[in-house]
Amino acid sequence: MSSSRQDPEARVRARATQRRLGKASRAARAQLAATVVLGCLATALIIAQATLLAHIVVDAFLGGASLSALVPQLAWLLAVSLARGTVDLGFEATGRIGASRVMAELRSRLVRHLLKERPGALSGERSGALAAATVQGVDALEAYYARYMPQAVLAALTPLAILAWAVPRDWEAAAILAVTAPLVPVFMVLIGRLAEGATRRRWQRLSRLSARFFDLVGGLETLRANGRAEAQADSIAAAGESYRRETMATLRVGFLSALVLELLAMIGVALVAATVGIQLAEGSLGLTAGLTVLILAPEVYMPLRRLGSEFHAGADAMAAAEAIFEVLDRPVAVSAPADPIPAPDPLDAPLLLEGVEFSHAGREPVLRGVDLRLAPGETVALVGPSGGGKSTLLSLLLRLAEPDAGAIRCGGVDLRDVDPEAWRRRVAWVPQRPTIFAGTIADNIALGRPDAPRSEIEDAALDAMLGPVVGSLSEGLDTRVGDGGRRLSAGQAQRIGLARAFLLDAPLLLLDEPTAHLDAGTEREVVAAVEHLAAGRTALIVAHREAAVRGADRVVELRDGRITTPDGSPSDLLGHIWPKRSEGLGGVTA
Amino acid sequence: MRPLREILAVAPPSRRRLALSVALGAGAVLAAVGLLTTSGYLISRAAQRPEILALGVAIVGVRFFGISRALLRYAERLVSHDLAFRALTDLRSHLFRRLVPLVPAGLPGLGRGELLGRFVGDVDSLQDLYLRGLMPPAVAVVAGAGAIVVAFLILPVAALVLALSLLAAGVLVPLVTRAANRRAGRRQGAARAELTGQVLEVATGSAELAVAGRADDWIARADASGARLAELQRSDAVAGGLAAGLLTAIAGAAVVVMLAVAIPAVDSGVLAGVMLAALALLAMASFEAVAPLGVAAAGIDACATAAGRIEAVIDREPPVAEPARPLTPRRGVLRFDRVRFRYEEDAPWVLDGVDLALSPGRAVALLGPSGAGKSTLAELAVRFRDPTLGRIELAGVPLAAMAGDDVRAAVRLAPQDAYLFTSTLRDNVALGRSGAGDAAICEALEAVGLGPWLDSLPDGLDTEVGEAGAKVSGGQRQRIAAARGFLAAADFLVFDEPTAHLDPAGAADLQRRIANLAADDGPGVLVITHERAALDAFDEVLELRAGRIVTG
Repeated sequence: MSSSRQDPEARVRARATQRRLGKASRAARAQLAATVVLGCLATALIIAQATLLAHIVVDAFLGGASLSALVPQLAWLLAVSLARGTVDLGFEATGRIGASRVMAELRSRLVRHLLKERPGALSGERSGALAAATVQGVDALEAYYARYMPQAVLAALTPLAILAWAVPRDWEAAAILAVTAPLVPVFMVLIGRLAEGATRRRWQRLSRLSARFFDLVGGLETLRANGRAEAQADSIAAAGESYRRETMATLRVGFLSALVLELLAMIGVALVAATVGIQLAEGSLGLTAGLTVLILAPEVYMPLRRLGSEFHAGADAMAAAEAIFEVLDRPVAVSAPADPIPAPDPLDAPLLLEGVEFSHAGREPVLRGVDLRLAPGETVALVGPSGGGKSTLLSLLLRLAEPDAGAIRCGGVDLRDVDPEAWRRRVAWVPQRPTIFAGTIADNIALGRPDAPRSEIEDAALDAMLGPVVGSLSEGLDTRVGDGGRRLSAGQAQRIGLARAFLLDAPLLLLDEPTAHLDAGTEREVVAAVEHLAAGRTALIVAHREAAVRGADRVVELRDGRITTPDGSPSDLLGHIWPKRSEGLGGVTA
Repeated sequence: MRPLREILAVAPPSRRRLALSVALGAGAVLAAVGLLTTSGYLISRAAQRPEILALGVAIVGVRFFGISRALLRYAERLVSHDLAFRALTDLRSHLFRRLVPLVPAGLPGLGRGELLGRFVGDVDSLQDLYLRGLMPPAVAVVAGAGAIVVAFLILPVAALVLALSLLAAGVLVPLVTRAANRRAGRRQGAARAELTGQVLEVATGSAELAVAGRADDWIARADASGARLAELQRSDAVAGGLAAGLLTAIAGAAVVVMLAVAIPAVDSGVLAGVMLAALALLAMASFEAVAPLGVAAAGIDACATAAGRIEAVIDREPPVAEPARPLTPRRGVLRFDRVRFRYEEDAPWVLDGVDLALSPGRAVALLGPSGAGKSTLAELAVRFRDPTLGRIELAGVPLAAMAGDDVRAAVRLAPQDAYLFTSTLRDNVALGRSGAGDAAICEALEAVGLGPWLDSLPDGLDTEVGEAGAKVSGGQRQRIAAARGFLAAADFLVFDEPTAHLDPAGAADLQRRIANLAADDGPGVLVITHERAALDAFDEVLELRAGRIVTG
């Protein structure tokens, strides 16, 4: 439950995403370059600071220099210290700017992908998390670029630079550093491997426990209704206790690598101090060099230690980037042809689906050879079990996806040879749950024709039976809706969708369960509106409820991935498709 | 910070563990200080070329400090995490107990996901309250004081320099960090919210935007808002960097000042020259005591936000008060008498004079459009709420005079969107009556039409239903929830929209089976539904219209 810190799979994924980010983002590469430059500067300053400090101490201690004689050196030391502070400022500031740039780059790529390359690819629930990742994810990325990455760069640069400096001056101390420092990553990997199995098992147990918390809170109403809530309060305490014990067991192992790291660093420094001391006592080493090496010794281990403690910052940041990449990785759904043919008009020629097959990536085929003919001006109702591919069929007609096999033709033209955007201009589509965008009701109705005159928007609202809704609002059509505005019910949103279609006045009309969220009274009105809307257009209406089918010229059924046209008139069909309901209707009249 | 204090009052850390973990933390910092100070002394003394043996104590000291530093740090991390997790467990239990009387009626505007977020995510993030809010300042004070004492023993004026510079770093760094974060939060908040909204629109409405030919407009909008946010982030970045650079700069300057007071002391013979390096290194190492304070300060505001969200739940009044001396329910008619209900004063009446009598053994269907107050009526019947006006009686005794759990034992509600628990089919059905045997459970499943399905399951009742019932279909979920009611042996069973996810044929079948649960020596059944299916199976069909009941 807690964080990605302990999840071994998350670590592996984080590393992959890290590499990916470096390859995919120009801003990320620029940031890496800036960090490396600052890292070089920081390393130089660390060595300068140690050298200056050692000189000052030795001059005062062994050379008997007075304060006044040492003022210039002290001033230099102060300047170097302040410069080190400035470099730290630089790491943090460039890190934050870099994070902001990288996130902006990913976000803009995501928005383009969603709107241009794969519209309609996301379902409702995940989009909230995705939107949050593209904006709030910048915080995690800041921690990554401002703290994790500098330590990673320093871990690569500083120990080598310090060793290079130390070898000619005190090779014995340098040897100690050269042996112990690489042991840090080696031991960390070894301990990580040893602990991996145990951590994985514990992680699974932890996930089960956290699922239990989710259950108890998510099902609280059900528990209360069944008189079980009080008993569960103790079970929460017990689950919390085992959660703590499991977590602590994981941490005892998890912190081991930090312990080893710390031990190596501290023992390394202690060994350097002792070795330098003995060399000094033997007279084989000068105090200035010895003291400098001693001051530098902890700096060899410092970035390695910090890198360990900032690791989770890296992993958390990668989770946000991962969520975005996961969407970007989906293939382009529909591409525009190189030589597009002008879009045919479905009022001039019939729209034909011929042997259309389609399956969502990696899943059972939804459409297994659909043949359907929509004559110009005809209204066809499409019924069938839910999950049977009715909405998928509409998305193919909208060219939000291409058939895997077969073709959709109009007037002898395969739609694949038509520019998708040009084709979509021929279509008015009302999805099951029309999205309400932030803006006024008028803006929302005018979605497909932003420059439509006000009078036409008003007419469209009236045609879609929005009159009573708009009339009850003090600001009428100028009422703000969507994010930050008034919430509309599902039925109201559906009528906004219809109003969009009325305003658009397109030759082909695709409606997806236009009365799904309406009560009986409104349903009757909307069905009348739909009939009016479909008149003079070619229309395909996906329907679940019988009322929506009434005005159709014909009813076809999509079952097992194929279209079947049962014999009989639409009203006969109702009895065939909804036997139980018709019987129930006899009991009470609406 | 008030919410944080409240959380600490509700879930206080154990004093013994807190003291131990502060002691270990301070010990770890002081061991690092000891390591560097002793090393500084060691090599200065060595430069005077004494017998090697004379260095022995210092060498042992250096090793001792080094090893104990690592061990102390490990121990401190374990103790402090243990302390935090214990406190969080207490907090979670407390929160759950407060939550029980609030669900479902006492938390308007708080959906299931939101509630889970508070219970799991917010509580978890409060581990930083203990690990970063409570511990580091205490460790900083103890370890800082220890380092100052060591400095005092070497050179009194050095203690003053160290005290002042530690104080400066310990106060300034957290203040600046916090101010920078707050400024960024304040300035970026609106821009972030706007951009999140836009990306969300794109993610949910991409198909409609593409079909409407508006893709480019929304790309331009998102890019413009993104650029505005990036501009703010750029100008906030330097302020954020300032806090990071401050500690390094103050620590470096402290070493310079330390040398500036120590060198004259060496000159005048007050301080032995051999201690000069030790003092400089002491100053350098001591800043580890205050280093975590910046991060702690940055985290504390996030903690306060989480604590505020939790407090908002803890502080809510339960919608129903339990009677001091509850009466025991008896079998009899459940009667609504001129019941009126509204969510708030001045709000429109949801129920506006409901008269309803349910008798054991009879099946009643209550129809009504969505939003007509059907679910509210169900919640009133099981005393999840009390009516604003009017009364509800069971066998002549007002519900308000009985304990809520007793009412719900007599009148069993199967809520809308009934929840399936991550467990076996058996456990999920047995929720209806604790200790129900397998035979009774199978009979219940049979009654709701799941008999053939049960027979087809290789694991039978041991079948796992998946996380929150993910492995069963929406229709099966509804039927399992109905089976709980069948098993319950209550006087009344109330079903709120039991057929919401079923196809018309399935809905009619389930509705008929539920109606048939009513029996003369068994329960009365009330089905609240918008589905006009199998209504002939009910003894009575009513309709809720404009807050009143009319005969259907």
